[in-house]
Amino acid sequence: MLSPAKDRDEADLIADVLSGKADAFHDLIRPYERSVYLMALSMLRSEAEAEDVAQEAFIKAYRNLGRFRSEARFSTWLIAIALNEARARLRRKEPGLTDSIDDQDGSVVPAQLTDWREIPSETLEREEIRSIIRRALAALPLAYREVFVLRELEDRNVKETAETLGISIASVKMRLHRARMMLQKQLAPQLASANTQKQRRRFPWF
Amino acid sequence: MVLNCRHVWEYISSYLDNTLDEDTRMDVERHLEHCEICSAILDSTRNILILTADDRVFELPVGYSDRLHARLRQAIIESPPPSHEEGEPGDGFVTPDEPSDA
Repeated sequence: MLSPAKDRDEADLIADVLSGKADAFHDLIRPYERSVYLMALSMLRSEAEAEDVAQEAFIKAYRNLGRFRSEARFSTWLIAIALNEARARLRRKEPGLTDSIDDQDGSVVPAQLTDWREIPSETLEREEIRSIIRRALAALPLAYREVFVLRELEDRNVKETAETLGISIASVKMRLHRARMMLQKQLAPQLASANTQKQRRRFPWF
Repeated sequence: MVLNCRHVWEYISSYLDNTLDEDTRMDVERHLEHCEICSAILDSTRNILILTADDRVFELPVGYSDRLHARLRQAIIESPPPSHEEGEPGDGFVTPDEPSDA
């Protein structure tokens, strides 16, 4: 969450750009370089394309800054532009692509384990673990991935997520729930096993 | 109400977000007290969400920021600075017509 002081700085920077000090745009977007790239990457699944789309999104934001209304969070507005750019790119790449999801579809059965040994965040120092997680995210259906990324990675609230995607709040909650369950189903066994193997290697007498 | 495991699975997301009503939350907790499987599902989901949201999972490409700002500099040179769109609220701080005695 931005502090009020930061919000004010941001409003000042926007006013600077709009009054002709275009270079202020560089400072304005610096805090959001990562989130715009991440939105594009999660949708396109290619680093090069995500970088390209992120650049396009920032340029579009610059050209359309006069249309930004301060009732919205600037970051949410930027992420929405990135999302639309990425969707347009996907449509060009795969014209037949639809992300229609039936929100009434059946429920996801999670991976059933009898106990869970906490996997600490330090485990992410291992590329193997990071790549298992990236693959599981990439495997989510697009409509679930969009909701998951906005809520969990971009920290948007349910209302912002619904508005950005043009879907209802009920759909956001349903898709987020299914995305979480799909990830649990996919990742719980893999992460548990990768974690155990590592411990075995470290203590070969086990 | 006594919940079975499948009911509890449907509530896991709302339970984690703390958006269940009080009665349902207590029903879920009563189930979790004696169900190892649902407890493990809840713990693993919570753990996986923390890991997934960690900044280390996705790294920015080397030089991304430099390339982005170079491209922006180019776009700024090519396009005139943006300005407030005309006819929109907040444009020019124009106040509505006030009655005038003049």
